[in-house]
Amino acid sequence: MANKVIVETNINGDPVELLCEPRQSLLEVLRDVLELTGSKEGCLTGDCGACTVVIDGRPVCSCLMLGVEATGKNITTVEGLASGTSLHVLQQKFLEHASLQCGICTPGFLMSSKALLDRNPNPTEAEIRYALAGNLCRCTGYDKIVRAVTDAAAALAGRTRPAHGTVPSETASGMAGEMLAKGEAK
Amino acid sequence: MAASSSNGFRVIGTRPIRHDGVDKVTGRAKYGADYAFPGMLYGKVLRSPHPHANIKSIKIDKALALPGVKAIVTSADLPALPDKMEAAGEQAINLNHLSMNILARGKVLYDGHPIAAVAATSPHIAEEALRLIEVEYELLPPVMTVEDAMKPGATILLPSLRNKEDGPDKETNVAAHLQFKRGDVAEGFKQADYVIEREFKTAMVHQGYIEPHNAVGIYNADGHATIYCSTQGSFVVRALSAAVLGIPEGKIKVVPAEIGGGFGGKTTIYLEPLSVLLSQKTGHPVKLTMTRAEVLRATGPTSGSTIRCKMGATKDGKIVAAQCWLAYEAGAFPGSPVGAGAMTILAPYNIPNILVDAYDVVVNRPKTAAYRAPGASNAAMASETVLDELAEKCGIDPLEMRLLNGSEEGTPQTVGPPFKRIGFKETVEAIKNSDHYKSKLTGPNRGRGVASGFWFNVGLQSSATVNIHTDGTVSVVIGSVDIGGTRAAQAMIAAEVLGVDINDVRPTIADTDSIGHTDVTGGSRTCFATGWAVYEAAQDCVRQLKERAAKLWEKKPDEVVFENGMLKPAQPGGELKPMSIKQIAPRLARTGGPIVGRATVNARGVGPAFATVCVDVEVDPDTGKTQILRATIAQDAGKAIHPSYVEGQMQGGMAQGLGWGLNEEYFYDDRGILRNTGLLDYRMPTCLDLPPIETIIVEVPTPGHPLGIRGVGEVSIVPPPAALANAIYRAVGVRMTELPMSPPRVLKAILQKRAAGEAQAAAAD
Amino acid sequence: MHAINYEAPKSLDEAVKLLAAHGEKARPLSGGTDLLIQLRAGTRRPEFVVDIKKIPELRRISFSLQHGLKLGAAVPCIEIHENSDMRKYYPGLTEAAHLIGSLQIQSRATVGGNLCNGSPAADTTPALIALGAQARIVGPKGERMVPVDGFCLAPGRTVLQPGELLVEFHIPAPERHSSDAYLRFIPRNEMDIAVVGVGAALSLDVSDDRVVEARIGLGAVGPTPIFAAEASKSLIGKTLDAAAIENAARLAIAAATPIDDMRGTAEFRRHVVGVLTRRALAKAAERAREANQR
Repeated sequence: MANKVIVETNINGDPVELLCEPRQSLLEVLRDVLELTGSKEGCLTGDCGACTVVIDGRPVCSCLMLGVEATGKNITTVEGLASGTSLHVLQQKFLEHASLQCGICTPGFLMSSKALLDRNPNPTEAEIRYALAGNLCRCTGYDKIVRAVTDAAAALAGRTRPAHGTVPSETASGMAGEMLAKGEAK
Repeated sequence: MAASSSNGFRVIGTRPIRHDGVDKVTGRAKYGADYAFPGMLYGKVLRSPHPHANIKSIKIDKALALPGVKAIVTSADLPALPDKMEAAGEQAINLNHLSMNILARGKVLYDGHPIAAVAATSPHIAEEALRLIEVEYELLPPVMTVEDAMKPGATILLPSLRNKEDGPDKETNVAAHLQFKRGDVAEGFKQADYVIEREFKTAMVHQGYIEPHNAVGIYNADGHATIYCSTQGSFVVRALSAAVLGIPEGKIKVVPAEIGGGFGGKTTIYLEPLSVLLSQKTGHPVKLTMTRAEVLRATGPTSGSTIRCKMGATKDGKIVAAQCWLAYEAGAFPGSPVGAGAMTILAPYNIPNILVDAYDVVVNRPKTAAYRAPGASNAAMASETVLDELAEKCGIDPLEMRLLNGSEEGTPQTVGPPFKRIGFKETVEAIKNSDHYKSKLTGPNRGRGVASGFWFNVGLQSSATVNIHTDGTVSVVIGSVDIGGTRAAQAMIAAEVLGVDINDVRPTIADTDSIGHTDVTGGSRTCFATGWAVYEAAQDCVRQLKERAAKLWEKKPDEVVFENGMLKPAQPGGELKPMSIKQIAPRLARTGGPIVGRATVNARGVGPAFATVCVDVEVDPDTGKTQILRATIAQDAGKAIHPSYVEGQMQGGMAQGLGWGLNEEYFYDDRGILRNTGLLDYRMPTCLDLPPIETIIVEVPTPGHPLGIRGVGEVSIVPPPAALANAIYRAVGVRMTELPMSPPRVLKAILQKRAAGEAQAAAAD
Repeated sequence: MHAINYEAPKSLDEAVKLLAAHGEKARPLSGGTDLLIQLRAGTRRPEFVVDIKKIPELRRISFSLQHGLKLGAAVPCIEIHENSDMRKYYPGLTEAAHLIGSLQIQSRATVGGNLCNGSPAADTTPALIALGAQARIVGPKGERMVPVDGFCLAPGRTVLQPGELLVEFHIPAPERHSSDAYLRFIPRNEMDIAVVGVGAALSLDVSDDRVVEARIGLGAVGPTPIFAAEASKSLIGKTLDAAAIENAARLAIAAATPIDDMRGTAEFRRHVVGVLTRRALAKAAERAREANQR
C-alpha cells in the first residue's frame, strides 16, 4: 500500500502526472485515479475489449497493463476521441447506424475502430470484423457496428454511405467465404 | 391525433438519433460502476469453492485485522425470512431463498455461493481480506443434473422443499410438476402416419451482458438508504432489498444507472443489499462490483434441460398429436422457467391433442435468472427440430409444414384461451418470400435450416409523466431503464402524439422517488406498456392543451381540436389562428400554470410475439466445426416505433441464440466446480463468428394497443438453435439433439454416421 | 491483488542482477497478458515484477539469410506480423503470433512470454519447435542455449531457474525451398485458446519433391508442447505424397497425449491432430515449393 509511484504519461494529448500503486492496472488508474470512467471493465482478462484504449497507435486492453507501464506513452481514451464538441466520425456513425444498444461495449469498439482506421483507412468487411474480434458485444449481433465502421471509413475518404436495408446476398455470402478461408487457417 | 391509421405516422417508424447517444459514444454516460462518492469504500464477496457443503464455522478475525478493512458481514447480519412468496414483476420470489442466495445461511449450494462480504479502503485490500476469512465446511455430494436430482434417494439440497404431488412429508429436489393437456394424445398418435420421438439435452448458458453487476449503497444516519446500480428494474431492487434487509421499502431510494446489458439477468438482486448493509456498518458509501468470474459462477444463468418431444402427423402433414416432457435445472433454489418452456413448446401450432409435463428441479448450480424468452429456446430446440424431421418424413417443405399447422387468431393456446390476432404465419411467409430463402445454397457440406419461435410478452405496470415546458419543448419521465433505445422510442411516442419535433423531446429515466411504480424491463414490455403510459400521458397533455386554448379563445374545450400538432377551433373559419405547442407554451402561465400530463397503466391485452428464422451453414466434416454463412430473421413487431432498434433486438437475440446453439455452455467438472469462469472459455460469438444478420420486420398490430405495439425484445432468441440444428442436418446428415452443437459433438455424430454407413455397406457386401 | 513492487531495468545486466537478487520472489513481466491475469487470480504471487520491455536486446528482430533469425523474447506479436522478413521467411511462426488473442492482445503479448508462461496450448511454441528454435537464456551463472522443444517441463513450469531470463530465440536461416505453417483448431473463429495446434516446417528438394528436413510441433495435446519426433523423421527422404502425409499424421496422433477438458475431449483432440497435421504439412509444402529463399 505504501509503495505508490509517480507516473508521467500523456493522456488524450495532455501530459499527466499521477500517483498509483504498482498493482493498479491502467484501467484502474484511468477510472479510479483520473476519473476517466469511459473505459469499461467487462472481464479483466483481455477477452471482451470494453477497456480498449489506443496506446502509441495500437489498441490495448487497459486491464492487462499496469498503470506504471504507462510511463512515457501516448494514450487515447474514448474521452479523447471527439474534438471539443465535434464528434469523431466514428462516434457520429455509431449514432446514425444505431450501433449501440446498452452502450457498455461502445467505448471499446470505438477505440478499436479508431486504431484500425488510423492504420487502414479503407478496410474490407472481413478486415473490420477481424480488427473488432477482440471486442464483445452482446446486444447487437455486430451487424450495425460493422456498418458504422464501414460508413465511417467511407465518410473519411469522402465517399457516400450505403443506404439502409439488408445486405445484398452476395455481400453476405462473400463475407462468409472470406471468413471461412480465415477460419480454416485457424 | 393521427396515430390511429397504421401508416399516417410522422415520427413513429423513422430513425432518429437516440437522446442518450452522445453520452454513450463519448464515455460520459454513467453506468453503475462509474459512480464514486467521497469516502467511498470498496466491497468484495467471499464465495464458496464447493458446490454443496454445510458451513461449520466462519472466522473473520484475521481478515478484520488487516489494515484498511472496515467491516465484514455474513448471513448472521441479515434477518431470517419466512418461506414466503413475494411478487417481483414477472414472477414471484421466495424471500427466504432470495436471502439465502445473497449470503449463504448454514449451507452452500453451488460453486460461487456468497458467504461473506468485506468493505475496505481499496478493492485490493478487500480482496486480500477475503483470503484471510476462514470457513470450515462439511462437504456434501453435489447434485449436478436433473436426472441425478430426480432419482429416488437423491441427495437433498433444500430439506424444507416439498411439492404438491409428493405431499408434505417427502423431501425432494423437484420443486414443481406442471401439466398441460388438450384432447387425448393416445388417440391422436393412433391417427398419425408418422411419429417422431427424440430426447434433447441443452446446456446451462449465461445471459452474457458485458457489464458485471454493481451497486453503490449509501446508508444515512436517518435510516434512509440510496442504492445506485445497473438494473432492469429499480422498483424491484427497492422491494427485494428492503425485504432482505428488513428495512421499510419507503426508506430506500434506488437510482438506476445506465445499464450495460441485462437480458433478464438484472431483474433480481445480488450486491444491492450487501452495499447497504456494509454502508450501514461503516457509515461510508460502499461500492461492490463483480468480476466476470463472479458473474458466471453466481448470477444469471438460464437452465440446462432435458426434454423429450414426440410428435405425430398424418401423411399430408397435419400434426395430430404431441407429447412433451421437460425437466429444467432451477439452480440452487426453485424457479426455473420450465413453465414457460411447457407453454411455449407447442404454441406456434394448432395441435388437437397435446400432453405436456414439466418439472422444476433444484441442482447444485447457481439460481437461474430470467434470460430473454426464458425457457423457450430450450423448448423450441426440441419441438422445432422434431417438426423439421416430421416435415421431411411427410415430404413437405418445412415452411409449408409450419403454414399448414400454424397458430392463428382463434387457435387455442397451450393454457387454453384462444390467440387474438397474431402474426405467426406472416413471419413464415416473410421468410418464404425472402431473398435468402429464395436463393440457392450450393457447395459441399452446406445446409439451410429454418425454425420458428413464440413468446408470450407481458404487460404489467408503468408510470409516465410528460411535461410541457415554457418554450414548448417537452420532457418525458419514465421509470423503465434504457436498455437499448428506450429513451428514443418513448420520446418518439410523445413527439408523435404532441406533434412536436423529436429533438424537442427530452426523455429522462427517474429514480424510485421521482416516478410512479414501474415494473421491470422484462417480458418485452417496455415499449408496449411504458410506451402505452407515455402515449396516455401525452394524450393527457393534449386534453389540457385544448382546455387552455379554449380559455384563450373563450370557447368550450370541445370546441377545440388538436391535429398535426396544431390546436384549432373545431369550426374552421373565423379569425382564430391555429396554435402550435410552441406558440401556446409561453401563455400557459396565464391560463392556469404549467401542463404536466400523467398516466399509469397496468397493461392488459398483451400481444404475443412470433419469429421465424433461416440460417445457412457449412460444416467442416473433418473437425465438426460449423460456420454460419447467412442468417435472416422475420419477426412480428406489431408496430415498429424505431425500426433500427427493433432490428437491433432481432439481430441481438438471433446472435445470442446462435451462440447458444454452437458454443456456449457451462462446463462443470465432476466435483461440481465451474471450469469456464471467463469469457475465454465461455464462448460468446465474436463478430468473426456471425454473418450480417438480415432482418424483416413484420407488422401485425396488437389489437387494443393504441399504437399496435408488440414487444420485440425476446422472441428472436427462440428459433436460432433449432434452425442451426436443422441446417447442420441438411449439411452433413446428422440430427443433433444436444446443445451446444460444438465441434466435438458434431464430429462425433458425423463419425458415428460414417461408421454406421460403412457397417451397413459391409453387411450388404 | 496482493501488493507488488515494479522494476523496469534498462539493460540485460541490470535485469539479471535484479532477478538474481529476488530469486523466486521475482517474476519477469513481458506483455503481461498472462501474468496480470495470474496475479489477479492469485495463482502467482511474486513480490517483484520485473518489466523487461525496456531492455533493447529483448525487443529486436534481426534477420539475415546468412545467420538466420534472432527474435527478441519481448517483441510484441503484432510487430512480428508487421515485419516483412518474418512474413516471408517464417510465415508459420508469424501466423502463430498473429493468432494469439485479439489485436489488443497482440499489441502486448510476446513470443517469449508465450513460452515462459509454460502453457501446453501456447500458439507460438509448436511453430518454434517446428523451426528448430533455440532459446538463449541469461542468468547469474552465465548464458545457455536450450532447444524450445525441451523448454517446457510441465504446465506452468519451464527450465528457467530463479534469476534466469529468456533473452531471444535463435532460428536457423531458411533453406532454399523451405517454409513453415501453423494451424490451430478453435471452436470460434477468434479469441479462443488452441484446442489443438500443429506447427510444421519442411525443407524440400523440389527436383523430386523429396523431403530434406521436417519438423512437426504439437500444442494442447499433452502436458507440454510436443516435438513429434517420429512423425517428423518419417518424412525425411520421402516424396511428400498422400501416403507419406497420412503416415506422418498417424505418428503425430501417436505422439499426442491429450486429456478431456472444457475445450475438447481427448478423442476429439487426437482426431484433430491428424486433420491439422495433414493440413499443416500440405500448407508448408505448398509454401516451400513456391519459396526460393536464396
